[in-house]
Amino acid sequence: MEMITSSSADEQTTVSTTCAYCGVGCGIEAKINHTTRQVEIQGLTNHPANHGRLCSKGSALGHTVGLNERLLEPHINNQIATWDNALDTVAQGFKKIIEEHGPDSVAFYVSGQLLTEDYYAANKLMKGYIGSANIDTNSRLCMSSSVVGHKRAFGLDTVPGCYEDFEKAELITLVGSNTAWCHPVLFQRIKAYKEANPNVKVVVIDPRRTQTCDIADLHLPINLGSDVWLFNGLLNHLHQHNKINHEYVEQHCDGLEAALEQAEKSSSDIQNLSTILGVSPDDLTQFYNWFSDTEKSVSLYSQGVNQSTSGTDKVNSILNCHLATGRIGKEGMGPFSITGQPNAMGGREVGGLANTLACHMDFNESNIDRVQRFWNAPNMATKNGYMAVDLFNAIETGKVKAVWIMATNPAVSLPNADQVKRALKKCELVVVSDNIADTDTMRLAHVKLPAAPWSEKDGTVTNSERRISRQRGLLPLAGNTKPDWWIISEVAKRMGFEQAFNYTTGTDIFKEYAALSGFENSSEYKLRDFDISKLQNITQEEYDNLQPFQWPLNSENPNGKARFFADGGFFTPNRKARMLALHPQLPKNKVSYAYPLRLNTGRIRDQWHTMTRTGLAAQLNQHISEPFVEMHPMTAAQLKLSEQQLVQVQSQWGHMIGRLVITDAVKPENVFAPMHWTGVLSKTGRINATVNPEVDPYSGQPESKHTPVKVSAMPTQWHGFILSKATIPWPNTDYVVSSKGNQHSRYELAHSESLNDPTLSLLNWLGFENEQAVIEQNLEPITYLDSTSGVYRLAILNKQGGLEAVAMIGPDQNLPQRTWLALQFSKDTLNDRARQALLSGFAPAGEDIGRIVCACFSVGENTIAKAAKGGCKTPAEIGTQLKAGTNCGSCVPEIKDIIAKA
Amino acid sequence: MKANLVLIGNGMAGAKLLEELMKSCPEQYNITVFGNEPYGNYNRIMLSPLLAGEKSLTEIMIFDRQWYQDNGITLHAGEEKAVVEINRIHKTVIAKDGTQAPYDKLIIATGSKPFILPIEGNQLNGVMSFRDISDVEKMISATKTKRKAVVIGAGLLGLEAAMGLSGRGMDVTVVHNNAVPLNRQLDQEAGQLLTEELSSRGLSFKMNANTKAILGNPQGDVTSIVFEDGSALETDLVIMAIGIRPNIQLAQEAGIYCEKGIVVSDTLQTYDPSIYALGECIQHRGGTFGLVAPLYDQANVLANHFSEHGVAQFQSLPTATKLKVTGINLFSVGNFLGTEKSEFLYYRDKQKQIYKKLVIENNRIIGAVMYGETAEGSFYNELLDNKTDLTEIRPYLMFGRALCEEQAKFQQGEH
Repeated sequence: MEMITSSSADEQTTVSTTCAYCGVGCGIEAKINHTTRQVEIQGLTNHPANHGRLCSKGSALGHTVGLNERLLEPHINNQIATWDNALDTVAQGFKKIIEEHGPDSVAFYVSGQLLTEDYYAANKLMKGYIGSANIDTNSRLCMSSSVVGHKRAFGLDTVPGCYEDFEKAELITLVGSNTAWCHPVLFQRIKAYKEANPNVKVVVIDPRRTQTCDIADLHLPINLGSDVWLFNGLLNHLHQHNKINHEYVEQHCDGLEAALEQAEKSSSDIQNLSTILGVSPDDLTQFYNWFSDTEKSVSLYSQGVNQSTSGTDKVNSILNCHLATGRIGKEGMGPFSITGQPNAMGGREVGGLANTLACHMDFNESNIDRVQRFWNAPNMATKNGYMAVDLFNAIETGKVKAVWIMATNPAVSLPNADQVKRALKKCELVVVSDNIADTDTMRLAHVKLPAAPWSEKDGTVTNSERRISRQRGLLPLAGNTKPDWWIISEVAKRMGFEQAFNYTTGTDIFKEYAALSGFENSSEYKLRDFDISKLQNITQEEYDNLQPFQWPLNSENPNGKARFFADGGFFTPNRKARMLALHPQLPKNKVSYAYPLRLNTGRIRDQWHTMTRTGLAAQLNQHISEPFVEMHPMTAAQLKLSEQQLVQVQSQWGHMIGRLVITDAVKPENVFAPMHWTGVLSKTGRINATVNPEVDPYSGQPESKHTPVKVSAMPTQWHGFILSKATIPWPNTDYVVSSKGNQHSRYELAHSESLNDPTLSLLNWLGFENEQAVIEQNLEPITYLDSTSGVYRLAILNKQGGLEAVAMIGPDQNLPQRTWLALQFSKDTLNDRARQALLSGFAPAGEDIGRIVCACFSVGENTIAKAAKGGCKTPAEIGTQLKAGTNCGSCVPEIKDIIAKA
Repeated sequence: MKANLVLIGNGMAGAKLLEELMKSCPEQYNITVFGNEPYGNYNRIMLSPLLAGEKSLTEIMIFDRQWYQDNGITLHAGEEKAVVEINRIHKTVIAKDGTQAPYDKLIIATGSKPFILPIEGNQLNGVMSFRDISDVEKMISATKTKRKAVVIGAGLLGLEAAMGLSGRGMDVTVVHNNAVPLNRQLDQEAGQLLTEELSSRGLSFKMNANTKAILGNPQGDVTSIVFEDGSALETDLVIMAIGIRPNIQLAQEAGIYCEKGIVVSDTLQTYDPSIYALGECIQHRGGTFGLVAPLYDQANVLANHFSEHGVAQFQSLPTATKLKVTGINLFSVGNFLGTEKSEFLYYRDKQKQIYKKLVIENNRIIGAVMYGETAEGSFYNELLDNKTDLTEIRPYLMFGRALCEEQAKFQQGEH
């Protein structure tokens, strides 16, 4: 397969690369028009991760490569600076603080969105040359419990299986994972496989009834944080029913007895267990029986397991069950940790975390010595550094005085996020490398460094199945942007480490990295699982044409390796896996009279992380465009809250405001809110401001899935929205959420005090002194008012009759839907029907497509409902008629619901 | 032997009655009709299009003389056939030329007289009203020789006359004793839009003006008009369109009880049980009439009684009005100014000359005025007549019937 093909005729090239988002690591084929900078995205049919499939987010990558929101120049104290100035400022700043306060007074906070080469350079600089392990990563929030769980059980952080196992299994258990929305392409693979093999069972274990339950034969809505009881119960059940694979365990595992003892202690009484888990005994037994009786069994787990003060134990409780049955490393069997970021795995392999050294080596004397020799390092770090949450505490208390944040947005994504802001405000030197100009974190930076974005950088990433793929630049570096590895190396040189960072290409770094992975890792020792030494002498051309492969890639595994541990061979001193005795623990902070509800957080279908890139694609802002809070109908009734009302979620750490969505998909004692909204996009939407900063004692991963909160109505006098072709400064109202639409910006507003002259306020917010000013600018205002009802509406059209802005205010949240109005901005002229309908907020009778359900093809709820009434009885029939659900498929469950209601 | 039914007045109300009678009881009566215009019967509300030259005389005819023959109705038409006396003792009516007709039932439909300002000069040549075909004929001939015209009164008829004359090349000023043209139909804001539109079409306006006198030359031709504020306008023609007065002289002389008009019951019976009245000459529950819609309703009620069904009652409803000037859409119904209890809904699209106001009390429409875009007029009229409760549709009301129905359905679907 040729990686880059060019057809000079129309300035078009086609590039094979990988997706910028989740850990599935889908291959992408991008067609680039270099004259227009337009990029057309398709799934790469021959990539093993996705076989041509893409989700709504990946499909929209082409809409995120614009330059408007980009950081294109270095800045010092918000003044544009040359690279020389910026790099010197960073280098000298770090040097000075290190000289005065020692290496542990500085830190890097990096990201699973860095490429492996970037990661390696940063890790080498901090751990080998600065001499501290104060480099941690946002992967800490994502899968560090899995890392520790793997290490505790296997000796090293080894993912034993691969995606293919899902298509060989007979029982697929999805634990704490809304795979349908968070890893849509893997979900589509599982779904397709299940449809082709109806006897395959899918069990979903999740406190919420998510879209993933669409394919579930059994859903266990367990209480938040109770997983260890569940899997101890499973282990005990396996024991009781003689399903322990003694042959395997005796040969390859330690600790069975102790593990069984604990399991029996905590989880033998099914009645008691059912109370603890909040799941019926029958459902429990059903799951236990299925697992017992199904040899080919895969258990996928994700943040619902990891983001917990007992995250590591949860991981091991799952691993216990697979070790006890010897169901690991064989086709269609095994535990499977799925990661949230495109290169979280790469970071783990590099060792870019505060509690690992490098290349799957931890801090011990021989490792430190080995790496020191390899790096020829002057100042080796010798002990773990600060992990994410501790790091920002250390910054606030002044222990850490300089921090360099790369490719991540901790002011939004870390728990207790207001503390992060406080810390960064106090910090002596804050350096931020990013490709986006305005992020919550960037706003707190002294030095801003314009890093190359996904579409402009070159390197490698590793997905959740240990598969390393090339990510390739689609467009030349814009403005003054540079690859992260270059920025890091330049700073290193300016700190006096010229030789060690004298890289000219990312390939140089990759080769060194590959060499380290094999350094003193020969087959007779077989100390480390991670070994890609076969590539240590790779040429530039080979690197450019590198095909996706699963590590290890060395002399014994010249073609990589799909699975580990079928025949033991663990990476512990005695080569045996460790089964752990786990005694379950509830989440750290208990609900109380003051904070009676349990806040759970997570992702939504069309957004990724802090929306700095997905938020740029209008089509991804249609499905859900505001922060929301899901609550059970009973709870809502008790609190006298109504659908779509604005509610405040308050914890002892902070608060957020979202729209209430009433649904029995959440349990009465739980509420759910999305993790994505930032301070740049919303005044009060940052859920992590409320999330407690408790962490797992072993992994340091925060308990993002459980915070005691109270929920109350936000007091409002009026609600409103503005859709405007031109972006406008935020009105000074209590509630503001802005989002990018197709050829317009959208602002959702609400406020606790009433307005003297609402129409005038709307005009002012749109930048007009009054209605006369609009006319003087040769624009045409249309107004509607029903002052007794508190309804005020305004539209502004240009002389061609095209829509410039539409704004509405009402007494409550029941404002007209924005969908049809938003579509009017793409028309040069509105016909009279549309013009007169504008301020009704409804399309001229019968033309409203309703809320967008299918983001890929922008198909609305009403259109689908109409088709359903018109006889389409299955999502497939809808698909053939409307195309809805035929690309990424992640809206199919919703389409089902709509058909059911129609 | 059939009963004799006599109708005095061959105007629109009378003609409508005849039409209804021919439907409900064609054989029941010997019908005799007296009309003081030398025609069959024509559509008076089409006089403006006739003046504007948009319609011809034949086009505005409703019934020609032939129709009366065909339906066995005796028609006495022409000035000399004007009825001069009703003899209630002998139950006969007598015309100018002595023609007599006995009646068992008599219907008075003598219509109205244009109001003529009681001021100096109101008899001069060139001072006239706008009431019937002969007025139109006079105006049209005037436009051939004369240049300047003043129309007193910016009501429907006045503006239509003004536009007709200016359309025929005259230089026309409309004089009105109020700031707002059509102030019976429009509020200040809609009036403003109308004034702007008509001015752009060449009309001049003198608002808030009271006419003091009309001056003429020795030949008795009008030359100018003088106002209370001392100002004056040269003019060759003065049209008075300042309203009508019920034409009750004949009834009064016959001793039938009258106030402003001939007082009738809900079944349109006068104080003389064998005499009925309808149209612009009557007074019903204190109100008089100037528009065609209620006249038609009255005709229906009467026909219903004469055909001895005897159930219908006349009910005076707010009537929507329309200005018959090409390209100008306005609509007005009910109490469009509202009261202190009223709630108002406004829609404004100035650049498109669109203005809509709905007046609501107790969750019901009590009035509406619209300018520029009047398609939904009938919808609001209907809601007003049926006193429809607006709770469900108020948010969509301004945007018309289709949306209201869609949303009402939608909400029922929801519940």
